[in-house]
Amino acid sequence: MAKIELTRIPFIKNALKSRYPQLAVFIVMLIGYIFAILAGLIGTPVGSHNFSIVFVWIAWWAILILVAVPFFGRGWCAVCPIPLPGEWLQRGAVLSPPDKRPKWLNLRVPKMFRNIWLQNISFLLLALFSSVLLTTPNITGVVLATMLFAAIRLSTVFERRAFCRYLCPVGGFIGLYSQTAPIELRIKDKQVCVTCEGKPCYNGSQAGYGCPWDVFPGGLTKNTYCGLCMECIRTCPHDNIAVNLRPFSADLAKPSTRMDEAFKAFIMLGSAMIYAGILLGPWGILKDAAYNVGTDAWFTYVAAFLAIIFVALPGLFTVGILHTKNTLPLKQRFASLSTALIPLGLMFWVAFSLSFVLTNASYILTALSDPLGLGWNLFGTANATWQPMLTSMLAPAQTLALVGGLIWSARTAQKAAGEVKVSPIPVIVYCFIATCLMLWLLL
Amino acid sequence: MRFRISLLLFVMAGLVVAFAPLPVPAIAPQERTFQIDAHQFAYSPSELKVNEGDTVIIQLVSSDVVHGIYVDGYDISVEADPGQSAILTFVADKPGSFRFRCNVTCGAMHPFMIGKLTVGPNNWLYRSIGLAALAVLGVTVSRKQKV
Ligand code: SF4
Ligand code: SF4
Ligand code: SF4
Ligand SMILES: [Cu+2]
Repeated sequence: MAKIELTRIPFIKNALKSRYPQLAVFIVMLIGYIFAILAGLIGTPVGSHNFSIVFVWIAWWAILILVAVPFFGRGWCAVCPIPLPGEWLQRGAVLSPPDKRPKWLNLRVPKMFRNIWLQNISFLLLALFSSVLLTTPNITGVVLATMLFAAIRLSTVFERRAFCRYLCPVGGFIGLYSQTAPIELRIKDKQVCVTCEGKPCYNGSQAGYGCPWDVFPGGLTKNTYCGLCMECIRTCPHDNIAVNLRPFSADLAKPSTRMDEAFKAFIMLGSAMIYAGILLGPWGILKDAAYNVGTDAWFTYVAAFLAIIFVALPGLFTVGILHTKNTLPLKQRFASLSTALIPLGLMFWVAFSLSFVLTNASYILTALSDPLGLGWNLFGTANATWQPMLTSMLAPAQTLALVGGLIWSARTAQKAAGEVKVSPIPVIVYCFIATCLMLWLLL
Repeated sequence: MRFRISLLLFVMAGLVVAFAPLPVPAIAPQERTFQIDAHQFAYSPSELKVNEGDTVIIQLVSSDVVHGIYVDGYDISVEADPGQSAILTFVADKPGSFRFRCNVTCGAMHPFMIGKLTVGPNNWLYRSIGLAALAVLGVTVSRKQKV
């Protein structure tokens, strides 16, 4: 299928090339983010009436997982406020490069950390405390503030966006799932890059900064590590950068061979299933265990969580592909075939989030009028009653998402298996079993 | 061409699996009473099974703070003060599986205070699993035909 170059349209091209539209969104986002921190810290402790909980975990989450990631890949990262203060400090400028750059340490991130294991760990850390995080405004406020300050700190020590590339707990899975999106930023002509002097897209120039995500745009083959910050559109002197509309999951045709990315797929798949069981299931004892951090029950929950994600899911997967006889080492087959779990995991999250979001969306109205839970009524909606939305559509929509995800991942499995020349059947069976489990948990 | 035909066949089979009417077993409707204890952040019992047509009487008893019960799909609810009980009566005329959840903010985990009511067999789950199986079959067969 053909690609359509969106940057051909002058309006889009100019809107992306100019720094002002992005800056406008940045400022709104940053204000919202700081307000969420404050609301979390000083607003009502009742989660469902606090802006921080409602706007981060219901509104933002819904937009992220149901729209931004599936359709725009790293689109969220293009407008995310978290790295901004650090980045502005690091650059000594908010807009174009200044004449004199500030002198920060500008170190390179050590090689052993240049992968997404730290992101896997930071995501898991949040995941293990998620029941508390999702429901306690204070904790959400502290976590949001910590991310902001960690990003600032890393910007002053390391070059470029070290926080986004290697630490952000959200960035890890956005990157993984952005490969499925029908949007990409790529170069137009390889030959132009080969002869391009100075490679300003990577090294920066008067027109803009070298890629903040530390990728060389000329070598992009997948969306995972391009934050869609649009700097290279501004810096490339040969107009060689394009934003394309493309078929869904085009990046997955060439499966990854990296273990950190393979495990990210298992972490996300497992977390979706565990959340579906704990948060949306009828089992009170599991909710207690997940919520009461520090108790014996919670430690059991942590152990079970980690065992499912690091032992059970990858273990069964390995057993399944063990017999797909092949000259390639098992590790490589494991990493390549786990590509099939990427669309599956994304659709698991969609199905899970549909239920969570539709049930609780009416809190958005309340929190909009009374963000701190102090009895305000800014827009007259503070007393909107809680009412789940579209409850009769939910189950069919979830089935559609999960079965659609299964078809998508089975197709991906066939392609990945073709690349490493083994049978896709064990992977497809694995995806089928996981889907049945998820159906049982949600329906 | 053959690919198109088999795709059509699979889609039709999918529609049958999803929507074909199933014989409804004729079970005489009964009156079913459940006493549900609501406490932070669970119901016990939290899973109710009734037959289609049954009259369901839920006696909700709150043992700590104010809790309520709202039944998805039926869109009905009742609330109970601490130590008190409240009664919710309805005819289970919609088959399938429904979440019921607390509708009074009762503490941190309130949004996840959830139970499950199943009216008759949970057919939608079985249909969904059928669709998943069909999907896997379809993808595998279409691949075989192409190569
Ligand atoms: S990686 Fe994280 S902090 Fe960086 S832009 Fe994306 S979401 Fe924001
Ligand atoms: S600046 Fe443009 S032409 Fe030069 S290497 Fe980068 S993308 Fe290629
Ligand atoms: S500079 Fe270009 S390649 Fe680098 S993150 Fe930004 S948009 Fe992506
Ligand atoms: Cu309650």
